[in-house]
Amino acid sequence: MDKIVDWFSIFWQESAEGTGTYAYTLLLGLQLTLEISVIAAVVAFVMGSIVGVCRTLPSPLVRRLSGAYVEFFRNIPLLVQLFLWYFVLPELLPRDIGMWLKQVPHSNFYTAAFGLGLFTSSRVAVQLSAAITSMPRGQKMAATALGLTTRQSYTNVLLPMAYRIVFPPLTSELLNLIKNSSVALTIGVAELTQSARNMDSYTFQTFQAFTAATLIYLVLNITITAVMRRIEHGVAVPGMLVAK
Amino acid sequence: MFSNFDFQVIIDALPYLFLQGMVFTLKLTLLAAIFGTIFGTVLALMRLSGVWPLPQIAGAYVNFVRSLPLLLVIFWFFFLVPFIAQKMVGSPRPIPIDPFLTALITFSLFEAVFFSEIMRAGIQSLPKGQVAAGYALGLSYTQVMRRIVLPQAFRNMLPVLLTQTIVLFQDTSLVYVLSLNDFLGIAGKIGQRDGRLTEMYIFAALVYFLISFAASQAVRRLQAHTAIIR
Amino acid sequence: MTTATTTPNSAAKQSSGAPVIQMIGVSKWYTPEFQVLDACSTSVQKGEVVVVCGPSGSGKSTLIKCVNALEPFQQGDIFVEGVQVNDRATNLPKLRSRIGMVFQNFELFPHLTIMENLTLAQRKVLKRGKDEADAKARKLLQRVGLSDQAPKYPGQLSGGQQQRVAIARALAMDPVAMLFDEPTSALDPEMVSEVLDVMVELAREGMTMMVVTHEMGFARKVANRVIFMDKGAIVEDVPTEEFFGSPRSERAQLFLSKILSH
Repeated sequence: MDKIVDWFSIFWQESAEGTGTYAYTLLLGLQLTLEISVIAAVVAFVMGSIVGVCRTLPSPLVRRLSGAYVEFFRNIPLLVQLFLWYFVLPELLPRDIGMWLKQVPHSNFYTAAFGLGLFTSSRVAVQLSAAITSMPRGQKMAATALGLTTRQSYTNVLLPMAYRIVFPPLTSELLNLIKNSSVALTIGVAELTQSARNMDSYTFQTFQAFTAATLIYLVLNITITAVMRRIEHGVAVPGMLVAK
Repeated sequence: MFSNFDFQVIIDALPYLFLQGMVFTLKLTLLAAIFGTIFGTVLALMRLSGVWPLPQIAGAYVNFVRSLPLLLVIFWFFFLVPFIAQKMVGSPRPIPIDPFLTALITFSLFEAVFFSEIMRAGIQSLPKGQVAAGYALGLSYTQVMRRIVLPQAFRNMLPVLLTQTIVLFQDTSLVYVLSLNDFLGIAGKIGQRDGRLTEMYIFAALVYFLISFAASQAVRRLQAHTAIIR
Repeated sequence: MTTATTTPNSAAKQSSGAPVIQMIGVSKWYTPEFQVLDACSTSVQKGEVVVVCGPSGSGKSTLIKCVNALEPFQQGDIFVEGVQVNDRATNLPKLRSRIGMVFQNFELFPHLTIMENLTLAQRKVLKRGKDEADAKARKLLQRVGLSDQAPKYPGQLSGGQQQRVAIARALAMDPVAMLFDEPTSALDPEMVSEVLDVMVELAREGMTMMVVTHEMGFARKVANRVIFMDKGAIVEDVPTEEFFGSPRSERAQLFLSKILSH
């Protein structure tokens, strides 16, 4: 018993940064992870929906542009994308804007959140357009035949079903997004993984620090999976099959 | 805006970038894909075996690893592998291990989880009659798996396995955090040394893009050509 | 059943003036080599019931989908109540809302209740208020005998019930004409008659209808005219009695003998 207490005692030690205990440091990291993830998820959902719909529209130009968007964000590693936004973009912009951008407070946090969001949006777009095209052609026809405009067909008929179809894959994209938020540490955001590393570098209690981060990620994962499954069953359409 | 874009920096760095960096990246990608597929297939077979406790062990491993960020897993392994080596050899202190080897172990074990899900889907998508027909001919479990089930599952899933390998190729850039000499690592080091990060990162992005894009187009073509066996 | 050759739909005989649907020389190509419609001309008068039949791949589904511009075509003109369908200036959603359409696979919207299926376009396209749309929907559900199904979802209904809902959904828009694209082909045999009954009733009430179907019993019972199509062209376009009496083309004869021997 003493051994266990001893093992955990490190977490109640005042951190070298002087901002509280190491447990508190980890929680701050978790908070940043969650904040990045929420912003990124919103960006990914909005941009992914727009681009995903564009990929199914008849206009060849719109299709090509949305296709290029997807290929750009899908074929460059997330880490490199963050570097592009964080180190390269300010240099390419006109001098004044670039200088201003570098001085925005917490610019690394916002870069990570939006960069991760855009990266994930290409994956959302692919899922959504696949779901829309997988629906029977007659659905769009029936909506059109009733006199609904293209916009009305999408908002009232195609998208409500498409979002239900993509719910399970979007859940795993959300989980991926949370895990991917750890890449923010490469541009200096002390999110959860980084705060575990910080704790390690001050205390040399690597095992404890990493174990704590691992457990937090596990709990996060389990919680979100459970919540999403609840929602999935909540929005399930009666008379249609839903995976248990 | 490209007025002071220094192409010479890139040209000078090409041999170092490709002969060392890209070779490291590709070697890591291909070896990890091979080991990942092998270990992934073993995990898939365990999960589908129905022999207690194999499915539970494999399932727990898959779900556990899948909920962790790759970066955290990388940090774990670079911390743990020297200790494991120490235990294995019985050395008095942790043994420093070649970083490439450590990275290879990390990526193989991590990506195996994703390969195993692909192989599992491939095996499950085969008609039950295939297995039954194999047993009816008097083949053993090992023979049915090796001669009938796995070849078909592998062939059907080849495009998905390759797509996952492209993801893996991009993932390997994360070894940057350990300052290893992979493609991105070298690009960053040169950029830092010469004060030319802009050029080096744009070039790195371009190279990653071209390789991933070309590879995924090739996979798409392959997918159109290989009909799924049902 | 009355004798085959009677045409109870007498409204058609009385009608005069501009046809509800008029097609003039409609041709359509999928590719330059592959022509699906070949100079099709016909018209449907107010209150008339026209059955379109022919072997599969003859272009009959494509033809009626041209009427409300669900399928584009390259040559010819189509007018619905004098409005040109293939005119870029035509407000297509408005035109489509005046033509009801029933599909082979029902195409109810699975995420909406039966009630919502019937009210969606009423509210979004015709801008009817909720109460008005609901009342209309209820009336029509009662008419197709499905009042008690209103709160359910399409997936909870049988095929025959779903198709009756689809008919009610189209009727809710107060269409000037109804298009049916093989409305009974996807149904189990025991459900065909419940759908046909609704259609017969509709025909007898004087609805203008264009029906792609293989149900020759239905054609005999209520159709004023039968159009027989083959290889994208209209081969026969004659009064019902004449079609069943003496089909002139060899292909039509062959087709009829196949269909009727079932």
